[in-house]
This record gives sequence, C-alpha cells and structure tokens, in this order.
Amino acid sequence: MTEITCNDAPNYNYEIVKKFTIATVFWGITGFTMGLVIALQLAFPHLNFEPYFNFGRLRPIHTSAVIFAFGGNALFATSYYVVQRTCRVRLWNDALAEFTFWGYQGFIIIAAIGYVLGITQGLEYAEPEWYADIWLTIVWVSYLLVFLVTAIKRKEPHLYVANWFYLAFIITVAVLHLGNNLSIPVSFMGAKSYEVFAGVQSAMIQWWYGHNAVGFFLTAGFLGMVYYFIPKRANRPVYSYRMSILHFWSLIFIYIWAGPHHLHYTALPDWAQTLGMTFSVMLWMPSWGGMINGLMTLSGAWNKLRVDPVLRFMVVALAFYGMSTFEGPLMAIRSVNSLSHYTDWTIGHVHSAALGWVGFITFGSLYHMVPLLWGRKELYSLKLVNLHLWIATIGIVLYITAMWVSGIMQGLMWRDYDAMGFLKYSFVETVMEMHPFYIIRALGGALFLTGALIMVYNFYRTIKGDFNEQEFIADGVPRETSYLKGVTV
Amino acid sequence: MSFHFKHSKLERNSLLLLAMIIMVVLVGGIIEIIPLFRMEQVIEPVKGVRPYTPLELAGSNIYIREGCYNCHSQQIRALRDEVARYGHYSLAAESMYDHPFQWGSKRTGPDLARVGGKYSDDWHVAHLKDPRSVVPESIMPTYKFLSETGLYTHDLGQHLATLRMVGVPYTDDMIAHAEQDAQMQAIGDERGDVSGLKARYGNKVNARDFDGQPNMISELDALVAYLQVLGTMVDFKAAENVEKTAP
Repeated sequence: MTEITCNDAPNYNYEIVKKFTIATVFWGITGFTMGLVIALQLAFPHLNFEPYFNFGRLRPIHTSAVIFAFGGNALFATSYYVVQRTCRVRLWNDALAEFTFWGYQGFIIIAAIGYVLGITQGLEYAEPEWYADIWLTIVWVSYLLVFLVTAIKRKEPHLYVANWFYLAFIITVAVLHLGNNLSIPVSFMGAKSYEVFAGVQSAMIQWWYGHNAVGFFLTAGFLGMVYYFIPKRANRPVYSYRMSILHFWSLIFIYIWAGPHHLHYTALPDWAQTLGMTFSVMLWMPSWGGMINGLMTLSGAWNKLRVDPVLRFMVVALAFYGMSTFEGPLMAIRSVNSLSHYTDWTIGHVHSAALGWVGFITFGSLYHMVPLLWGRKELYSLKLVNLHLWIATIGIVLYITAMWVSGIMQGLMWRDYDAMGFLKYSFVETVMEMHPFYIIRALGGALFLTGALIMVYNFYRTIKGDFNEQEFIADGVPRETSYLKGVTV
Repeated sequence: MSFHFKHSKLERNSLLLLAMIIMVVLVGGIIEIIPLFRMEQVIEPVKGVRPYTPLELAGSNIYIREGCYNCHSQQIRALRDEVARYGHYSLAAESMYDHPFQWGSKRTGPDLARVGGKYSDDWHVAHLKDPRSVVPESIMPTYKFLSETGLYTHDLGQHLATLRMVGVPYTDDMIAHAEQDAQMQAIGDERGDVSGLKARYGNKVNARDFDGQPNMISELDALVAYLQVLGTMVDFKAAENVEKTAP
C-alpha cells in the first residue's frame, strides 16, 4: 500500500453532499413537526381542519416526510459521501448527480401537494400516484447509475462493505417500487389510477413492499452509515470482516420474506403467514450480528464514548437498532401479533426504530460530516450535541413507553370478556383510555423535535465558522478544562 | 481461505455484486407472491360478492382519498373476540374487487369490514358531519364538506372501464350506464327508476337518498352507500355449505 497524503485526495464532489445534507435537516424538521401535529390531532380532535388538514390526509405527509424526505436525503447525502471517499474517486457525472438532487426534492413536493389534495393510491408508504411514481423511477435509476458508475471507476481494488449495503438498498428499493406501484391511470389527464392487483394479492404485495421499505430503505442503507461512520469516528477497523459478509447476505436474503407477518389471521393463506413469521424470527440473528459487529468495532476505543458525543449518538442508535430488531421478531410471532396488531404497540415499535435507530445514526453521521464538508475543524459546540442526544433520548423513551402501555392495554381491552361471556368494553371505551398516553406521546415527539432544532442551531453556527468560547480556545482547539479534552476527529 | 477468495470476487466486480444482490432479494418475494395468483387455491368461491356499483365505487374512492384506511381496518381476523365484536371473519373473496385492498393496519377507530347495515343512513350522516354529535368520546375528524360537495359522476364509466382492464367483471352495459346508475342509486326508487341498476347489480342493491338531501347527489351519498354495502354481499348460508362440503 502506498501512503496517501492529503494532496493525493481526489477532488471530491462535496457540493452535492452539502445540498443533500441541508435537505435532510430541512425535511427532518418538517417531518418531525408533522408528526407532532398529527399526534396532537389524536389527543385533541378539534385540531383537525377539514378537508385539507384532517388526520387522514396529513398522516402520509408525516410518514413520507420522515421516511422518504428525511431518511431518503440522508441516504443520498451519506452514500454520495461514502462512495467517493471509500473508492477514492470523484462522484461520477456532476450533472446527473445534480439532477438526482432536484429530481428527488421535486418528487417529495409533488407527493406532498397530492396528499393535502387527497391524491393517494391508498397504499401505506406508497401513497404517491402514478405520475409521481414514474418521476421517482427516473430519479432512482439516475441515482443507481451515479452510485454504480462511481463504484466501478474506483481506485481501490475492493468495494468497501458500506457500499454493498448502499447498493442493495438502491436496487432493492427500485424493485419494490416497481412491484408495488403497478397501476393503470383512469385518464392520462387525471391523477387517479387503479392498482393492477386486488384483495389478497394486493395485500401481500403491499406488505412485501412495506416491510422491505423498512428492511432496505430504513435498515440496509443506514447500516451503510454504521459501517462507514462508526469505524471512522472510533478510528478502529470494522470488528469482523467475516461477520460483515455474513451479516450482509443473510440480512438481505431473509428480510424479503418477512412481509406476511403484517397479515396474521387474515384471509392471506396460512402457509404464507407461517413463512413470514418464521423468517421474521430468523431475522433476529443477522440483525443482532450486525449490531454486535458495529458495537465491537469500539473494542479498545470504548473510552471515546466518554468524550465524543457524536460517537455516542451512533452507539445509542445501534442500541435502539438492537432493541427494535428484537421487538420486531417478537411481534411477528402469531400469538403475540394477535394482541399487538392494529394497536399502538406497532406505532411504538416503528418509532423506537425510526427515531432511535434511523434518526440517531443519521444525526451522528451528519454531526461527523458537516464540519468536514464545510471545512471547519470542529462543530460549533459538542455540548449541544450532548444536549441533543439526551433530550431526544428522553423524548423517545416517553414516546415508546406511552405506546407500549396504550397498545397493550387496548389490545387486552378488546379481548376482555365479562362474567356473562360478553365483550366487556365497547370500542369507544378503549379509545377514551388512550387519551393520556396520546398526550405523553406528543410530549415525547416535542422533545425529539426540540433536540433536532438544537442540531439545526449547532449546524448554523458551525457552517458560519463559529466556535463556542466555553469549549474552544479558538478554531476548534478544545480548552484544557473542557470535558471534551482528548476528542480528536 | 477459499471463502474469502470467493467473496473478494464480488468485492472486485460491482456488476457481479449487483446481479447477486438482485438474485438473492428476489427469492423470497417469488416464493411468497407467485402462488397467490393461483386464485382457486387462495380465494374460496362464495355467493353474493359482486363488483361495486358506480356510486359505491365513488364512495370507496372518497374513502381512499380521505385516508380512512389510516385508522380503520377492513379485515376481521379469525379470532374469537373479533368475530364477537364485528361479525364473521373476513373472507378473501370479499376484497377480491378492491384495487387496492383496504384491510388497513391500525384500528384507531373500529373495523369497518361489516359495518354495512349496522347503523342507519341518518346515523352515518350525523356521524360523518360531526362524529362527536353521536359518539361524544370519538376522536375522528369531521367531514361536513362531503355533504356540501356535489359528486362528480361524469367519468364513472371510465373508472369502470379501467377496473375492467385489471380484472373486475364490469360489462359493457354497466360501463355505458355508469353515470345514470350512480344517479339513480342516490335518488332511489321513490323518485327515480332503479330497474336498470337492479338488473345490472342485483336486487339487493341499496338505492335511496343516503345523505338526507333529496335535491343533491353529494359525496356523502356515495360514501354512505359504500359504507352500507361493506360486508353485506356474502351469503353466509351458502358459504357455510361450501365449508361443510370442503374436504
């Protein structure tokens, strides 16, 4: 290996990464705010304003803003950053990369306007109608091309593991998107279309899509972040190369089968439900393998957790990943699912993963990237990173515990019988019991949003070139007295 | 190590890696999805399930437009308490004309798979306009505007024709009379002629002024017509016989 000096570093395309980074932060705030709004609507129904701002139309804005706008832009930003740095080559085709940026933002805006107007396919997480789907397909193929050609033109003999995950995410999302959006428009001048599939087939394909939106959009891509940013931040190699290989192939193979666990006890044939359940339980292993591989990367560098709040974000993300990927298989077991399905338990599960795992690994990666992208030595303030971490963590804990209690309580109330053998509670009695937990949930969401706003402020000052005087003497040199002493990036 | 050596081939050749990824992720989907297209294995034949009338279809599209599926399921699971609360568990045949399915994933409100006929039209109208007027503890949004919005019926024939392309057995006759059938169903047999509608969709079809505004065919007419037919199509006596004769 020849030694690489700074002067040999290729002229990376950081401009595109900066754009996606800003978009990630912008859509993150939008998505978290929308989440808070609809959480409050459930606690206080008078906050619905028909027709445009009713819960039914706003909920897809929240889910799409968080998954596709916040998560999607974070994946674009980090994948473009990681593929360049690990391949030691400039991102292929500036113009096409630029197109993926504006094209993707355009897709988000087209979709969001449609939701408020009531334009939806009625498929959760695949709400955009046919014209938006076609547009996204064009953008996505461009994304695949930019990423793949950059990988092919690499100056390293091997493609680094983080890129396998990004590649699997990009191509599988393309397959899922095409499979679940096969529809025929009523008119080429109108928005409405009808899905090619109906009933059972439609349900199975939707959850094949839906669960793998989780598996590939919200997991595989973000594992790419784990495999790059954690070793980078800890300054250690990935714990086990073999485990990475095993993790990668078993994860992508097994995930695809898990969809039918969304359809237990329904009209979907039992054999499909059983397959879904079995593979969901098996999925626990690669998930935890990946978590352990990530955590063990800190061997010999655990002390960094004490001093580096950015690394702390990433490690807490892995802890939430481990928790959610244990809870998921549990909830996929038929008998557990009979209780949890249709209740808030599912909502809590999703949010422990989305806020704790996807959110935190993204925040960690952004905190790492922003100073580098804008040529600053350090963030404006590491104390604020720590503050963000704790406020957001408390927010998540409030959120998920509220949903555990309300979900399990409602599930038990639905199946409760009185001494005469009649159902004990009417439906609306169970709704009344949810009220306090909906308020606690909204409070949790508000804290999470507050944390993210602290991040925005920190980024603003970082990009401006400021350093917090209490933490730094000047230009990113930490004070001797600072508890941050010893942090090196 | 041969394992490492073999994997390094994939790490060196990005196109090969891409091809392998595609193959690996396709397996599960193919095995779980393709067999479902052998309809006779998946959907038990039951008597009574018919395509939606044009008015019901318009109602179903309003249901989707307003995102009702975000809070209401239409799938009664084969569990004792669900059958006690909502009625017979849902059969595959009952959603065979739903493009897409409306099974839902969350019950912020109750399941609606068999809501048809459980409440009066008046109740539905009052409930949709202001849910808390009939269920004080409800957290559902209000939908007053549906009663104030005229139903757009001109393109219903086109909707039926599109659905025929994806397998719903609408006839030429049904497509040609779609707009007229929608209007007649919302006007009812007291003031209109519903013989054509009933000839095409059967005598069980509900035809009346659903929204309590006889001078207007509103979106509320369509939505209530849709809600009132949910779960009422299947003849469960015939279904029981199928179950008895099944091996």
